Amino acid sequence: MQKIYPNAEAALEGLLADGMIIAAGGFGLCGIPERLLDAIVASGVKDLTFASNNAGVDNEGIGKLLRTRQVKKMISSYVGENKEFERQYLAGELEVEFTPQGTLAERMRAGGAGIPGFYTKTGVGTQVAEGKEVKNFDGEDYILERGIRADLSVVKGWKADESGNLMFRKTARNFNLPAATCGKICIAEVEEIVPVGSLDPDCIHLPSIYVNRLILGAPYDKKIEFRTVREREAA
Amino acid sequence: MATQVETKGWTRDQMAARAAQELQDGYYVNLGIGIPTLVANNIPTGMTVTLQSENGMLGIGPFPFDDEVDPDLINAGKQTISQLPQSSYFDSAQSFAMIRGGHIDLAVLGGMEVSENGDLANWMVPGKMIKGMGGAMDLVAGVKKIIVVMEHNSKAGDAKFIPECTLPLTGKNVVDMIITDLAVFHRVDHESPFRLIELAPGVTREEVREKTTAKYDE
Repeated sequence: MQKIYPNAEAALEGLLADGMIIAAGGFGLCGIPERLLDAIVASGVKDLTFASNNAGVDNEGIGKLLRTRQVKKMISSYVGENKEFERQYLAGELEVEFTPQGTLAERMRAGGAGIPGFYTKTGVGTQVAEGKEVKNFDGEDYILERGIRADLSVVKGWKADESGNLMFRKTARNFNLPAATCGKICIAEVEEIVPVGSLDPDCIHLPSIYVNRLILGAPYDKKIEFRTVREREAA
Repeated sequence: MATQVETKGWTRDQMAARAAQELQDGYYVNLGIGIPTLVANNIPTGMTVTLQSENGMLGIGPFPFDDEVDPDLINAGKQTISQLPQSSYFDSAQSFAMIRGGHIDLAVLGGMEVSENGDLANWMVPGKMIKGMGGAMDLVAGVKKIIVVMEHNSKAGDAKFIPECTLPLTGKNVVDMIITDLAVFHRVDHESPFRLIELAPGVTREEVREKTTAKYDE
C-alpha cells in the first residue's frame, strides 16, 4: 500500500467533486495545508463547504478559494482579517455557519470518532443554540451539536514516516489533528518524509490509520500574520 | 509605575494591572485579545501562572527575539510568541476539552456589553462586524472565573454595563467581575447582583452611577 504521492494534484486525483464537504486544518495561517489548497484552486471544483476554523486572509489559504468563488459555505469560528470574505458574506454570496471554536474542534473529533452528536454548554442561551435540542443534565442546560463527517480532510503535518504516522510542530498542530480524523479520506502534506522506523512510536501525534495519502510539500514559505518581537537587553 | 494624580481613571495598562491582582499562585489562565493580553506583563513576581493559548499551548512565553521568530509558534491572536521550559502543545479538541471541562481557573476577556445579570456580548455587531466568536463562547461556558475588561462607555458615550444586552450574546449569566477604566464590579456568585467594589483614582461613586445604566449594589 503506497500512500506517498508525487504532488498535491496527484494526491487529489479522483477525490474532488462539486458540492463536497472538506475539513481543513490550520489556525489563521499557522499549519494550513497550502499545497493541497492551491491544488484545489487549480482543479476548479466548486460549491465547496469548508469546515475550517478560519477562512484564511485575502489571497492566502482558503482566501484563495474565496477569490475564485469556489466556496459556497464556511463552517468556522473566526473569519476576521479577510475583506473578500466580508464582502461576499454581506452581499449574501457566501453562507457561514458560525461555530464556537471548541464546538468546531469537538464536532470534528466526534465525527471522526463515530459520535454523531454530543451535548455541550457552549452557546446555551445564544444565537448558536437556535433550533438545537436543549437537554438538562444535573441542573444545567446543554445543547446538542452534530459531529462532522467530511468527504475529504486536508491537513498539514511536520514529519511523517512512509506509513503515514504523523508528527506536528508546536502550535501548527491545532485543527490538523481533529480535521484529519473526520474525513472519509485524509490527505496530509508534510515538511519531511522519513523511513519507517525513524520516528519514536511513543511520539506519534496522528497514527497512520488516519492518513490515506501523503505528499511532501516542502519547501514552505510559512506566512506570519502578526510578527511580534521583543528587544534584546543591551549586554 | 508612576502615580498620575492629575489624570482620572485607569489606562489600558492599569486596567490590565488591576485584572492581574485577581491572579493566584498556580492558576491556569486564558487571556483574550486586546487589553486582556496586557495582563501577562503584570503577573506578580514570584507567582507561578501558566497561560493557555486556545490554539493549542500551555505555558505561553514572551514575544520572541527577532532572530527566534517561528511561524509555527503563535498565540490565539496570531502573534508570534516563544515557549517556556514547562510549555506543552496539543490539538484544538484537547485545548477546548480543558477549557470546557473546567480545568482553566480564570479567563480575562474583552467586552462590548455586559448586562446586570452577567450576560456578555463581545462577538458580533449585526450588519457591521462579522468576525465570529472564536473561542469566547467556549471560554465563558467552561472557565471557573470570568473577568471582563472593557472601557466603561463606548466612544459615543453610551453605557456598556447595562440592564440587558442589545447585541448577540456570547454567554448568559457568565461574568464574575467587570473592570473598566472607572471602576471594578464583582459578584460572589451567579445568583447575586454585581457590587461596586473599587473606584479608579479620581472617580466618584456619583460619576459611575451617571455613566452606568445597569443596576448594581454599592
